[in-house]
Amino acid sequence: MLLKVENLQAEIEDKQILKGLSIEVKPGEVHAIMGPNGAGKSTLASVLAGREDYEVTAGSVEFNGEDLLDMDPEERARKGLFLAFQYPVEIPGVSNKLFMQTAVNAVREEQGLPALDMFDFDEYAKEKIELLDMRADLLDRSVNVGFSGGEKKRNDIFQMALLEPKLCIMDETDSGLDIDALRLVANGVNSLKTPERSFIIVTHYQRLLDYIKPDYVHVLYNGRIVKSGGFELVHELEEHGYDDIIQQHQEA
Amino acid sequence: MAELANVTDLTSVESEYEEITSVLQKNLSYREGFETKTQVETFAKGINEEVVRAISAKKNEPEWMLEFRLRAFKHWQTMSEPHWAKAKYEPLDYQDYSYYSAPECGSCAGTCSTEEEAGIDPEVAKAFEMLGVPIYDDDANVAVDAIFDSVSISTTKREELAKLGIIFCSFSEAVQDHPELVQKYIGTVVPYHDNYFAALNSAVASDGTFVYVPEGVHSPIDLSTYFRINEAKTGQFERTILVADKGSYVSYLEGCSAPVRDSYQLHAAVVEVIVHEDAEVKYSTVQNWYPGDENCEGGILNFVTKRGICEGKNSKLSWTQAETGSAITWKYPSCILKGDNSIGEFYSVALTNRRQQADTGTKMIHLGKNTRSTIISKGLSAGHSDNTYRGLVKIAASAEGARNFTQCDSMLIGDKCGAHTFPYIEVENSTAQIEHEATTSRIGEDQLFYCQQRGISEQDAISMIVNGFCKEVFSELPLEFAQEAEELLAISLEGSVG
Repeated sequence: MLLKVENLQAEIEDKQILKGLSIEVKPGEVHAIMGPNGAGKSTLASVLAGREDYEVTAGSVEFNGEDLLDMDPEERARKGLFLAFQYPVEIPGVSNKLFMQTAVNAVREEQGLPALDMFDFDEYAKEKIELLDMRADLLDRSVNVGFSGGEKKRNDIFQMALLEPKLCIMDETDSGLDIDALRLVANGVNSLKTPERSFIIVTHYQRLLDYIKPDYVHVLYNGRIVKSGGFELVHELEEHGYDDIIQQHQEA
Repeated sequence: MAELANVTDLTSVESEYEEITSVLQKNLSYREGFETKTQVETFAKGINEEVVRAISAKKNEPEWMLEFRLRAFKHWQTMSEPHWAKAKYEPLDYQDYSYYSAPECGSCAGTCSTEEEAGIDPEVAKAFEMLGVPIYDDDANVAVDAIFDSVSISTTKREELAKLGIIFCSFSEAVQDHPELVQKYIGTVVPYHDNYFAALNSAVASDGTFVYVPEGVHSPIDLSTYFRINEAKTGQFERTILVADKGSYVSYLEGCSAPVRDSYQLHAAVVEVIVHEDAEVKYSTVQNWYPGDENCEGGILNFVTKRGICEGKNSKLSWTQAETGSAITWKYPSCILKGDNSIGEFYSVALTNRRQQADTGTKMIHLGKNTRSTIISKGLSAGHSDNTYRGLVKIAASAEGARNFTQCDSMLIGDKCGAHTFPYIEVENSTAQIEHEATTSRIGEDQLFYCQQRGISEQDAISMIVNGFCKEVFSELPLEFAQEAEELLAISLEGSVG
């Protein structure tokens, strides 16, 4: 088991958002977590990545057999947990190259590998740029500064490719993207799928899932997973919306 | 992240910056904070005409220099301490400072010995060694004037430079050996009555550096001065004059530090730079005076008047400063652009942390035709500090076709600090072009979390973000200095590196 979340409860500013959430992800699986606004989707992504604003009040999370909640955010990242942000952050004056070389070497250090020097890193990065069909000047630009919404998210995918994580959590990556950008992001993700790498795709809409077919779909509502199923659940939601499922859940 | 499992209060807005603040608070390791114990001769505390005369006598000065001091002292007594800067401090008790202090051995001001090594106090030599300042002529690719409290200890490479006609010696020596040059230039850019601290400096000037680069000579090495304040309750009043004659070039660097003391130490310097036709001077400072502790105890009061004049046509003066130290900084390195087509530049990084207060900037006074000036200022505030940019761009009626570009960027680290910008613009010629850009940003939790989520530690993230912000200025510093400045920033911000 790569990720095992049990009865996870978390709050922010004394408001409980996650109310006992459980989910298990095996290597190579793609899980989608869907739900209406305010269900706790982004909270789940933030808590797994270790954002400090959230407090875990109960439950446990195991990542590759280790206690994830005991780790700093950077430790989680170095051990292979990657979060693609809903709003990637700008860092003026810091080139993507320096930023990612530092990040890649932090991960390599964790794995006991020697650091990549500028030349090695350049070569390594070039491979990934070609793989993802991105612009060659990407490395020279300041991190996300002056990037369009779509470019920022593609930059996140590029970072994902460089860091080669075990688990990729995509936090509403599709929000604010037009159909072309969406397709580009989805292609990027698909080209990074391997039998070992797992994905958790957090989204409000089904449209991203049409491009990245998940193995499992979970509906999150009011801090809990209220229904799980296969890809067919996406179409059920598409036809009936969240209301039916929520109603069933409330009656039960 | 152990807190995650605990149920603690992470609710208030304040706590948003808890982590950053705690990282910053680790910065209690001011690396240069050691003290040198050696035999010193220190004047009793207090200032009066007798003290001024005694300083001059100690330095064996000619009559004209004493006259200059006395004139300044008389004028100083009529002035009042300025408090217009955005920095709060109690009026100083000038009678509670000593105005002269020197190690007893080897501090023979006025004797132009070329074999300095023989005369250097071993404790003082050790101090400079610990600071990484090469005070013996060795392979160092830089000439150094090392100043300890009130006197110059050693000036290296002077013979090598003398072959090129370059005069590089302490100010005291210059008064003895080159009186005609000192007399010609002293007080011409910063008159003794210019301001309160300049007047005080003119009265009790201790030591400083004198540089003269003759016509057409390009100094092959960087010249530098390292200022060290050691004695408690001592003021350092350095007087530096730098003259670049026609078509010459020199790059001059200065560094400063002081031991950790629990009371304010006063540093009131005056620097005058004269750049003649077609000459260029690059003046770089890395200022790391002791900034005081968390509770606002101690630290250097850095009240400095630095000004240069681009006297001749096509001359150029460039100020670059990295200011990380001092409890209070009050400093506006300025350019008077008198010669036609002359160029003034000011590149500054000012970092304040804890309770430091900095009010710094520049004045660009355009007098000549087609004069150009560039101002790039990067202010970083952390902790409970206040960081102010104050700058004047003045285009006189005579300055046909003058141009200025100003960029002032401020970055806040945490939510208890302040950044302020006061640009003053006075234009008397309608052909002038002036551009002013200003930004304020904040290192937020979002940026830090983004870096951490990519595996980068919080400290590396802060230093990466900060250095990215300062890049434009650091690229103007000589290579070794740039590295030192980057390291200083890292230390001042993180504290754990040192």
